[in-house]
Amino acid sequence: METVVEATGIGKKFGNLSALKDISFQIGTGEVFGFIGPDGAGKTTLFRIITSLMIPDEGKIKVLGHDPVTEFEEIRKHIGYMPGRFSLYQDLSVEENLRFYATVFGTTLEENYHLIRDIYSHIEPFKKRLAGKLSGGMKQKLALSCALIHQPRLLVLDEPTTGVDAVSRSEFWDMLKNLRQYNITIVVSTPYMDEAMRCDRVALIQDGQLLQIGSPGTIRDGFSRKLYSVTAPEKYKLLLALKSFAGTESVFPFGDSVHLTLKEGVTVQTISGYLEKSGVVGVTMRETNAGIEDRFLELMNRK
Amino acid sequence: MKNAVISVHDLVKKFGSFVANDHLSFEVYEGEIFGFLGANGAGKTTALRILSGLSAPTSGKVLVAGFDAARDPEKIKKNIGYMCQKFSLYNDLTVRENIMLYGGIYGMRKALIRERCEELLERLRFMEYGNRLISDLPLGLRQKLAFSVAVLHEPRIVFLDEPTGGVDPITRRQFWEMIYETAARGITIFVTTHYMDEAEYCDRISIMNEGRIVALDTPDGLKKKYRVDSVEEVFVKIVRSGKISV
Repeated sequence: METVVEATGIGKKFGNLSALKDISFQIGTGEVFGFIGPDGAGKTTLFRIITSLMIPDEGKIKVLGHDPVTEFEEIRKHIGYMPGRFSLYQDLSVEENLRFYATVFGTTLEENYHLIRDIYSHIEPFKKRLAGKLSGGMKQKLALSCALIHQPRLLVLDEPTTGVDAVSRSEFWDMLKNLRQYNITIVVSTPYMDEAMRCDRVALIQDGQLLQIGSPGTIRDGFSRKLYSVTAPEKYKLLLALKSFAGTESVFPFGDSVHLTLKEGVTVQTISGYLEKSGVVGVTMRETNAGIEDRFLELMNRK
Repeated sequence: MKNAVISVHDLVKKFGSFVANDHLSFEVYEGEIFGFLGANGAGKTTALRILSGLSAPTSGKVLVAGFDAARDPEKIKKNIGYMCQKFSLYNDLTVRENIMLYGGIYGMRKALIRERCEELLERLRFMEYGNRLISDLPLGLRQKLAFSVAVLHEPRIVFLDEPTGGVDPITRRQFWEMIYETAARGITIFVTTHYMDEAEYCDRISIMNEGRIVALDTPDGLKKKYRVDSVEEVFVKIVRSGKISV
């Protein structure tokens, strides 16, 4: 597999703040690669470096075989970038924006229509509308169309699903999956841990550092402890009881249950007895498989 | 008998010919954690603005903390707290200055504000940050502080509009523990979120689609009704069934 992005020891500081520390990774052709982490983790800074919009203080990076510092013009011809903030021309119509981006990259809407058909067809009925008057979901689809219209080899999407409802988020990932057939490499960031499952490989990022890189499966398998899913009708009471239990190693609410790991040597029987004494009734407890978020929490706690 | 702190009957809000809220009726009880879910553009923000006294209903009866949203929106504002992800605190004021400012806006006595301020800093283990600018705090701390400031005046209801967007998974959980604590004190929590696992933490949730409330029950009740295992699946089923493709 050819390498599309190769970063070694990337560092970036803003004054005293280390936004990125010793970041190394490789992304291969046709991969959907996700950077998963909260706001302030350094995702946007990293994407600006990948897209040649910012120069790193330390380390080396190659994008599509070129150096983003000296050969940025070569790189820019072949990447599509969708920034986190909507940045199309609000006072141009949907179609005008699209034609403008096509022209800048020396192509036409007609020539590459097949690339954007799935996405653009949703907003085509509104092609005369000003971009500034679109709903959030429509803006997102237009921005993606504009980033794709020149058939980039690398598509960089900075938090495309933030603030979007669960159904639209899922549809957006389906659209990305359809782009696979054109062999476009996709680098995407998200604060939603569940979206890691839609990527081929992900990098967990926090405080400017990579916590782990791997396929979603590998990352889940990295979870080192036995994990229990515990439920009770009174969730908050259950959580408090487990927090004050001496045998608890970690306890976090997860949807309708609580995820629990126990200290060495503590048995399930001990904890059942303890919960009963604490007056938590209707408890169920079973072993469960860790998800990406469990692993993220484990890695955060370790730091 | 549960005590309703929000009572909405046949609420309609129109913008021109567009019906943003189409005959909403529901109640929210004292000390309840109520999740207000819906697709983008379903009308949640419009309803939230009416409930918090920022916008008047076109028709229908809306009572919040005992006050009528059409006649007494100013009284509503005094009796609620509000926090959203995008704006909460003034970045160029210190933690203490923000607390003093908000306490003042809500008409609290200075001595009481000072007392609550110190209490709050201690409870959050924030003492060292008291004189720091908000812009110097990590996002997670800011969000926790913003929530505490929103309930500083002990309102009967606090509205939280996507309070945990973009925060790390540990902070997100600590934030929900603060929500539980606050609800246990009898303050009603009215919260919107796009994290479906958070919807599971609510006592009851409503799901809006195209201006209407199409489901309202406990998370378990909804899962049983739609025969699925999670609120996320309930949400997807409901929104997909009524979705126009935009």
